[in-house]
Amino acid sequence: MAKPDATAALLSIRHLTIEGRSDSGLVEIVRDIDLDLARGEVLGLIGESGAGKSTLGLAAMGFTRDGCRVTGGSIVFDGKNLTAANEDHRRRLLGSRIAYVAQSAAAAFNPAHRLIDQSVEAAVQHGICARLEAVQQAIALYRRMQLPHPEEIGFRYPHQVSGGQLQRAMSAMAMVAKPDLIIFDEPTTALDVTTQIEVLAAIRHAVKAIGTAAIYISHDLALVAQMADRIMVLRNGRLVEEADTRTMIASPREAYTKSLWAVRSFRATLKAAVPAGETPLLRVKDVTAAYGAVPVLHEVSLDVHKGRTVAVVGESGSGKSTLARTITGLLPPNTGSISIAGRKLPASFRDRAKDDLRRVQMIVQMPDTALNPRQRVRDAVGRPLEFYLGLKGDAKERRLRQLFSEIELDPDRYADRYPGELSGGQKQRVCIARALAAEPELIICDEITSALDQLVAEEILKLLDRLQRERELSYLFITHDLATVRAIADDLVVMKDGRVVEAGSRETMFSPPHHPYTDLLLSSVPEMDPDWLDRTINRRRRAAILTGAAGTAADGAGR
Amino acid sequence: MTNLATAFRAAPPTAWFGLVVTTLIFFVALLAPVIAPYGQTQIVGPEFAPWSNSHLLGTDNLGRDMATRMIYGARNTVGVALATTLLAFLLGGSAGLLAGTVRGWADQLLGRFVDIIMAIPSLIFALLLLAIFGTSIASLILIIAGLESTRFFRLARALALGISALDYVEAARLRGEGLGWLIYREILPNAAAPLIAEFGLRLCFAFLFIATLSFLGLGIQPPTADWGSMVRDNAVLITYGDITPLLPAAAIALLTVAVNFIVDWLLQRSSGLKD
Repeated sequence: MAKPDATAALLSIRHLTIEGRSDSGLVEIVRDIDLDLARGEVLGLIGESGAGKSTLGLAAMGFTRDGCRVTGGSIVFDGKNLTAANEDHRRRLLGSRIAYVAQSAAAAFNPAHRLIDQSVEAAVQHGICARLEAVQQAIALYRRMQLPHPEEIGFRYPHQVSGGQLQRAMSAMAMVAKPDLIIFDEPTTALDVTTQIEVLAAIRHAVKAIGTAAIYISHDLALVAQMADRIMVLRNGRLVEEADTRTMIASPREAYTKSLWAVRSFRATLKAAVPAGETPLLRVKDVTAAYGAVPVLHEVSLDVHKGRTVAVVGESGSGKSTLARTITGLLPPNTGSISIAGRKLPASFRDRAKDDLRRVQMIVQMPDTALNPRQRVRDAVGRPLEFYLGLKGDAKERRLRQLFSEIELDPDRYADRYPGELSGGQKQRVCIARALAAEPELIICDEITSALDQLVAEEILKLLDRLQRERELSYLFITHDLATVRAIADDLVVMKDGRVVEAGSRETMFSPPHHPYTDLLLSSVPEMDPDWLDRTINRRRRAAILTGAAGTAADGAGR
Repeated sequence: MTNLATAFRAAPPTAWFGLVVTTLIFFVALLAPVIAPYGQTQIVGPEFAPWSNSHLLGTDNLGRDMATRMIYGARNTVGVALATTLLAFLLGGSAGLLAGTVRGWADQLLGRFVDIIMAIPSLIFALLLLAIFGTSIASLILIIAGLESTRFFRLARALALGISALDYVEAARLRGEGLGWLIYREILPNAAAPLIAEFGLRLCFAFLFIATLSFLGLGIQPPTADWGSMVRDNAVLITYGDITPLLPAAAIALLTVAVNFIVDWLLQRSSGLKD
């Protein structure tokens, strides 16, 4: 390792501008950014998608993606200008003095090699230490990252460990060569909340212990607040605001930063729930379902009443999306029944009447794949009008325009576009319009906001909320995001491993006492408080010691 | 329309070359009786006459005008190849889309049948069938189309499998749409680009296949002019240092290359759309 030089910043970026090629010519992705990072400091980069935070993160390594190039400014790492450095010099820096942790560890690991071989590769290649020493180092880091069986886990292949473990292994891999700077690009975004908290704690612990500087990139403020000493807010490639974490959290200055904060606070504006009626609109009773021989749902029951929102919460693999598939009839249940307004529906959607299909609509997570790229938006929304309601010509056109204004898209501007010409949020609005066109009674929303930026997601939730009040719609809202649940749900169903763990109204569910698993979920949602992570981890440790069940939390997370 | 215009403007030179050559050959084939100086079976001079003003490319082994036969050859060879590929495309493509969309036993049945056909070397199989059914143009087209359709089936099925797993197809299924809508409105438009590219490629193969069969004497029968058999009939000239028999071969090569350039361009464009 190079000798620490206390006087100079480790990384110093001046007036950096990066251009990228897009459909509409060259666009400035990063515009005139200054960034300084001292040794051992952790800097948080925050912004929505398209803010340029990942591009900036990569630029800190002197690297730009294909189609992008640095058009102005300098990137100085430890006294060396990376923009002027040749490829060879940069390669020597990467992996040895600068490391990168990507969002998807599953895509970043080579599935054909064992974890340990990949972990030590950089260090050995760069001649920092001998292989044996590097292996020792890696195992020590696995232990520090709180991976189970640190001595053995490295000898597994990437597919043999869970997503959270892989993400931790990747962070460990970045640290083996004891770099001066690690760039974390949304390392926990793909993880469940209960896993995320473990990974966060492990990363922070290890970063502190080896004293490396880090840039932590995320769209989630609360997360960055746990990790960073200082936060930079980016928007459209420009710096909006920069301050110490505590200052930033306590008193954001700029309007944009405040709006990001407000997203969190909107969630508290509660709506008056429609009281539950006599017969539920949807009744799922003792449903058991399986994919082939693999059982996924075990005697799941739930009711959705007219005009109410039921949120189904659980981690990935809890069977909540399978439940949606069972209700829509895509996956016929083995036993149990699904009834609409007291009438039992056939198990498979193929056997259901057209009108029954109309009454239950579904909106899915990825608006990109939910719309046919070769169909104009007008046709996507118009089809249910024609198919279910038999509207044609002028009547169809009128209803179409009405639907577009309901989802707050200008029909003249957007109706004739293809999905590829819309943003993610606009696409999701079109999906909502398509569902509304069928005049449904129940809409199943499967993680519909998780692929969207916070501000956009917020708008979608508000739209759904308004539509519910206007049309007395019922929603079955599947999500892993408890903040969303708090904002929109009337009733809550918590699922784990294909079973309903706890169910009840929002008021009862969000106030103690909780079922232990519900408590674990609730307490794993990051809060806008820099001390939240320490507090939560400490509380769990104490609880674990008290109950003597060491690793209740770890069991829940490390599945 | 404007999309098409901009697409053409942005086309690389190779694509332009391909487009020009195929269009040229297409028009030559279409207008053969008008352009050609003689009839395709007409004996107009001595055998193996050298190039001259009255016979631009000389004459063949029976004294027929080479240039005329080259022009008619475009019509016959390319015509048969086009008809064959079109038939194979429709047959294999629709069966493949169907199999990929409905899956289940229909897929199994069609899939295994195609496996059996593909397990037999196609040239030998074609020779066998042609020997049984005779070498009329109709049986030639049907037999080659039948064999070629297996490739279209494989591709169309794979595409349909992939696309029908996407959310928008699932949404259409849940809406209660029929099979026709699913295939023609949801799946086909999204599978069109690779299928068209495959069409171009298979056209080349059909073309080579017919030329091969003709060369072996089981393709397009004399006296119909055909590039493949023209090579065979005049091959002896090569020993005398005359390049005339290579011209039909060169025409085959030129068209193959031209079509491939267009296909490359189409593939590149369709993959660019996904980015």
